[in-house]
Amino acid sequence: MGGAVVNTVNYADVQGLVRFGFVAMTEACYVLVKIKNAAAARTWLSGASERVTTAVERKPAPPAALQIAFTRGGLEALQVPGNVVAGFSSEFLGGMTGDGNRSRRLGDTGTNSPKDWEWGAGLKTPDAVVMLFAEPGKLEAWRAQIENGSWGAAFEEIQRLTPSDIGGREPFGFIDGTSQPDLDWDQARKVSANRDQLSYGNVVCLGEFLLGYSNEYGRFTDRPVLGAGDHGSEELDSASDRPGKDLGKNGTYLVIRQLQQDVRGFWQFLDKAAGGNRQARYQLAEAMVGRRIEDGAPLVPLIDRSIPGVGTGANPAKRKMDVENNQFTYDSDAMGIRCPLGAHIRRGNPRTPDIQGNPTGIISHLIRLLGFGNPNFRGDLVASTRFHRLLRRGREYGPKLTPEEALQPAFSGDPQRGLHFVAINANIQRQFEFVQNAWIMRTKFNGLSEESDPLLGNREAVPGCPFTDAFSLPQENSVGRRILDIPQFVTVRGGAYFFLPGIRALKYLSKAGG
Amino acid sequence: MTPQSSVFVMAALKIEREAELRVLLASMNELSGQANPANPLVPFTEFRQIHYARFAILEDETLGDIHAYFLPRVDYPVCLSFMADFDGMADDFRAELAQRAGAGLDRIFSCCQGYTPGTNLAQWMKNHEHPAAAMYVNWVGRTAAQVEEENALRLALEAEMQSAPSAYEGKTPRQIHAALKDFVYREKYEGRLKLTAPQATPFSWWFRNLVHLVGVPLVLLALAPVLILYAPVFLYQLRTREKSDPEIAPQVDPAYEEELAHLEDHDVTNQFTVIGSVKPGRFRRGTLIFVLWVLNWTARHIFNRGHLARVSTIHFARWVFVNDKRRVVFASNYDGSLDSYMDDFINKVGWGLNLAFSVGIGYPTTNWLVLDGSKNEQKFKYVLRRHELPTEVWYKAYPGLTAFDLRRNGRIRQGIERSAASAEELREWAALL
Repeated sequence: MGGAVVNTVNYADVQGLVRFGFVAMTEACYVLVKIKNAAAARTWLSGASERVTTAVERKPAPPAALQIAFTRGGLEALQVPGNVVAGFSSEFLGGMTGDGNRSRRLGDTGTNSPKDWEWGAGLKTPDAVVMLFAEPGKLEAWRAQIENGSWGAAFEEIQRLTPSDIGGREPFGFIDGTSQPDLDWDQARKVSANRDQLSYGNVVCLGEFLLGYSNEYGRFTDRPVLGAGDHGSEELDSASDRPGKDLGKNGTYLVIRQLQQDVRGFWQFLDKAAGGNRQARYQLAEAMVGRRIEDGAPLVPLIDRSIPGVGTGANPAKRKMDVENNQFTYDSDAMGIRCPLGAHIRRGNPRTPDIQGNPTGIISHLIRLLGFGNPNFRGDLVASTRFHRLLRRGREYGPKLTPEEALQPAFSGDPQRGLHFVAINANIQRQFEFVQNAWIMRTKFNGLSEESDPLLGNREAVPGCPFTDAFSLPQENSVGRRILDIPQFVTVRGGAYFFLPGIRALKYLSKAGG
Repeated sequence: MTPQSSVFVMAALKIEREAELRVLLASMNELSGQANPANPLVPFTEFRQIHYARFAILEDETLGDIHAYFLPRVDYPVCLSFMADFDGMADDFRAELAQRAGAGLDRIFSCCQGYTPGTNLAQWMKNHEHPAAAMYVNWVGRTAAQVEEENALRLALEAEMQSAPSAYEGKTPRQIHAALKDFVYREKYEGRLKLTAPQATPFSWWFRNLVHLVGVPLVLLALAPVLILYAPVFLYQLRTREKSDPEIAPQVDPAYEEELAHLEDHDVTNQFTVIGSVKPGRFRRGTLIFVLWVLNWTARHIFNRGHLARVSTIHFARWVFVNDKRRVVFASNYDGSLDSYMDDFINKVGWGLNLAFSVGIGYPTTNWLVLDGSKNEQKFKYVLRRHELPTEVWYKAYPGLTAFDLRRNGRIRQGIERSAASAEELREWAALL
């Protein structure tokens, strides 16, 4: 960049969760609140905005962290003007449970239906989420500090989510959050809207995860931009792509979903399907996930070429692990022999370039562009993964249960287990909703039929389809094997779309309407 | 081979009967926008040749966009449209419609201007048809009956392999093929499966298709000197306009978006109906006529086997000029939700979208006709959503099946009907199951 510093991100204006997972802070609680009193809420916010943990790297790392995000209802409760609120994306405005079509697309039907949720629908729709993280033993004190002053007058708590630390594995027993996009903080990545990316890469434009920056199309995602004279706009930074003050800048959208996992049901079903054979049971679980349970390694072999954005961290041990876990694509396994086409991680991130076959010549590119020259029957169904990436910050809840313990029948009062799924993205529709709808829930993903995600699928009937609860294991040189009658393992218990503002935007909100 | 045909009937509404018509159309549905296949007005399920059909009221809220060119708004009348994609010839289809659904269509069309009950329905429809400027059929020659038979075949094979796993597991593709072939033979003999052989291609269709296949390139060849000479002028005209044409791409009214979404994602396939005005002037109109003329040729002769360029999720699609080629209706049947359809399109055939849609008023700015435009992703999506219309009644003959399913089922059938095949071919065939 030769000393040009215009593109440097002001980390002090970004909430830390976008850059860090706060992994050393193993204790956490997410307080979902309604705003009772706007004035009191603004007072609390103006104090809290000073304490919100930013993306600035601090040594030593802070012992506790605070993050704050709002739903549409929260912005309105704070009396943000209607024309400003209208500048947010329609998914955010509509809300996760806003209409029946969204629920259909997200798979929130049947037992996943929002009407049965513990929070997120109807009266239990939060206005805001206050996320607290702390090192072991320090959460209570941190809470006391935060839930102070005008907190009581400002908010009514509707739900408190309390993640637990079960050793970096999700409740089924697999290492979670293994693959994450590498955010291009330096904005060095050059994309041209008209040029296909010929190979899969893991470096993703900052604008995919932070509003106010250029995204994978080389465009700025829509967000509210205020006129210079608008009330409170002096708090905000200027927009980089047009005149005005950018309320979205350094902010993003946060998707939270409470996913209850039937850990016993999962392992007991697999045990039955494997005929009681321990090794076969693990193999089947690994096929469903797409990774080995032991170390998180993928079922397909690593590739020789390095993938941009894989193995780039500062810590050598983590770099090595990232390479071992993520330096792969499915190019060598087009039929899904090693990793089934419908495996969870293959649905969640198919690792496809914009166009298959690395057509570097003009003629070969043209042939591919016209949809010809693909040796594989399924070939081109799933492409352009880079527009559908998610930054995940989920945490588990409930006590640990090993796969072996899970084979025992449940006792009365068996606690619930699951995942507080947290994803960050700048465009909910093109990122979270697309992945959830087109890749995870869709029974026709990548040319499959009668099956949705083996872990997350809701197994709901699809008109005209005889069943939706299968899982296909393609076999080398034979017909595929099919596991049938798979029960639902994951039930959605709550969820909402939030706006995670930048610090300046948080200050603007604390003065809104006033 | 039985070729597919389509009709697009459009007639202005009697405004005083619009409300009545909407109620009537809604009465045909079992779910919002989803036709009850056996509804008494038009019992679609009795027409074995229909693939897709729809009724949509064409009420364009964007007619005022023409003001951006300092031209007065033209208030085109609100119209009712009826579209169908089916096997065989349009004349036969209309006659059958009049015969089986005459009373229902009579009630529906009597809400249109110029229709008096008792009119010769088939003739009236024909008089109110607009030919498609470009028509895309996912797989030319695949009949609706064939879709049904081939799907039954696949399900029977699946069930057979599940019920007698020992006969198939661990067997070679050749052994599996032989066993399933026997199974199908028995099932057909018992009358449980049917695989009807394709009918002979109608000579008149074959001949006209051949003339079209050869004719369009010949005309292009004859025009080539003119086109080459005109090219620099064309580029100049194009670039001047591309630099000044306004974008009209506001965020879509959430309430309207919800109204449209209400009709979507009930099946694995969705409908899409849009209307828009062509940018004023002969240049844009001429460009579109030319583009659609070429597109139609490629759809008929090149992209007639499962994919339109890189997109393999469209079942049927049509571009229809209306109102003296000043407006265009585009209607399609595609797999997946609208968002993923649009993403797929932008990323795979963004250039094609620009070619076919950039002549619409308000379309995101293109460069050199094929660049940018749709790659301005959010604006493109707003424009499309804003021009989209609710499809009041939509019928699909084979719920639950995607275009890819149909293609795979076709391959499974082909494999079953083959007697000699190489080991590699059989291996690929077995992988389909």
